[in-house]
Amino acid sequence: MQALEFVAPTTVDEAISALAAGGGRARPLSGGTDLIAQLQEGRLALDTVVDLKRIPDLMAISISGDGLTLGASASCHSINANQAIRDAYPALIDSTHLIGGTQIQGRASLGGNLCNSSPAADSIPNLIAHSVTCNIAGPNGSRSVAVEDFCTGPGRNVLESGEFLVSLDFPAPPPNFGAAYLRFIPRNEMDIAVVGAGASVVLSDDKSTIQSARVALGAVAPTPLYVEEAGAALAGQPVSEESLARAAELARAAARPISDMRGTIPQRKHLSAVLTQRALRIAIDRARGTKTVDELGRLNGHG
Amino acid sequence: MAKKMAVETTLNGEETVFLCEPRQTLLEALRDNLGLIGSKEGCGNGNCGACNVILDGVLVNSCLVLAPEIEGRSVVTIEGIAEDGELHPLQQKFLEHASLQCGICTPGFIVSAKSLLDDNPEPSEHDVRLWLAGNLCRCTGYDKIVRAVLDVAESDA
Repeated sequence: MQALEFVAPTTVDEAISALAAGGGRARPLSGGTDLIAQLQEGRLALDTVVDLKRIPDLMAISISGDGLTLGASASCHSINANQAIRDAYPALIDSTHLIGGTQIQGRASLGGNLCNSSPAADSIPNLIAHSVTCNIAGPNGSRSVAVEDFCTGPGRNVLESGEFLVSLDFPAPPPNFGAAYLRFIPRNEMDIAVVGAGASVVLSDDKSTIQSARVALGAVAPTPLYVEEAGAALAGQPVSEESLARAAELARAAARPISDMRGTIPQRKHLSAVLTQRALRIAIDRARGTKTVDELGRLNGHG
Repeated sequence: MAKKMAVETTLNGEETVFLCEPRQTLLEALRDNLGLIGSKEGCGNGNCGACNVILDGVLVNSCLVLAPEIEGRSVVTIEGIAEDGELHPLQQKFLEHASLQCGICTPGFIVSAKSLLDDNPEPSEHDVRLWLAGNLCRCTGYDKIVRAVLDVAESDA
């Protein structure tokens, strides 16, 4: 690795200054599971690394009646270990428990997963399903972006020079809300998604009708893909396999994957439909209170 | 030569100060600056687990930590697993079950397994295999490693 400066600011303002001072040759560091690997392999050359993990806002996990605010640098481990998150947002654990292995989860953050902006990122379809808002700080002030608008291409996103992600806002789950994330990989662990699907639903009070739904796919487009039309097609529909199958077909139609070493276009189109339908079923079961986190873990090979 | 940084940390229970270049990973600092060569470099990119250490109670790949990041933190390496000159039960059971051949992956497996048993003293076989999924071994086929870890858990139960 080339010579680097290392700074560890303790406030957002100090981090803005440090990144500005470094110009385009400074980058923020959270868990480092992407950044340090890229530096080690010479795929990225920097002069300065700005460690954000000493900034309380970046590490905070706070849940209230308004929802969850998750510091962008909080590790998957700290999320997995947080009982309040497991209770209020069980579907989030679907992602944080399958990113890398145990030791990657000890470091990797959802903010980092988002800012790395891989089309196959395991957390992003889930964040889209949860209607997350991204809070960004930078030299020109703060701004917020809906997570489905954050990624702009493989490894690319809306962050301007000097900007960084501070936190993710999750709305409070409405009554009768459920969500799920599923991915397909050819082995049990430690792999990159061939396809991933995140889904969420809000059911009517009698839990027979889908009031609203959100569907998002990973690894089938240059960015994680929000399939708005699949959610729209479910709104007002009865909870039935026919309704879910229609949404699944819309997901298949929206997917525009490539063929590569992990999968072919036809396989990924097929998986887009299958995983969408399965994720919706689990989201509905959770909204009805009939599926636990542990049961779902088994579906992702993590029982 | 970039200017060196002084890093103060708790290393295997002892207050330690060392000098490092900011570009150095924790793994490089442990091996090259501190002489703790138990942690191994397998892949250098977080896939193999041979460099695993416990950082503030959490299992991490030391190849994916920059050395200056551990300022004020606590690190446990394979050298800190045995106590008072006695092998840790995991080390003893790895010997009894012949859970190692070439031995390169072994420090990482022992540290990972220690972290598992700290977190979950009564793991199922599935729990063990899942927790150790990020540790690669090209010799043993894993089964003897898993048996050793389960033996320790059952012996302590």
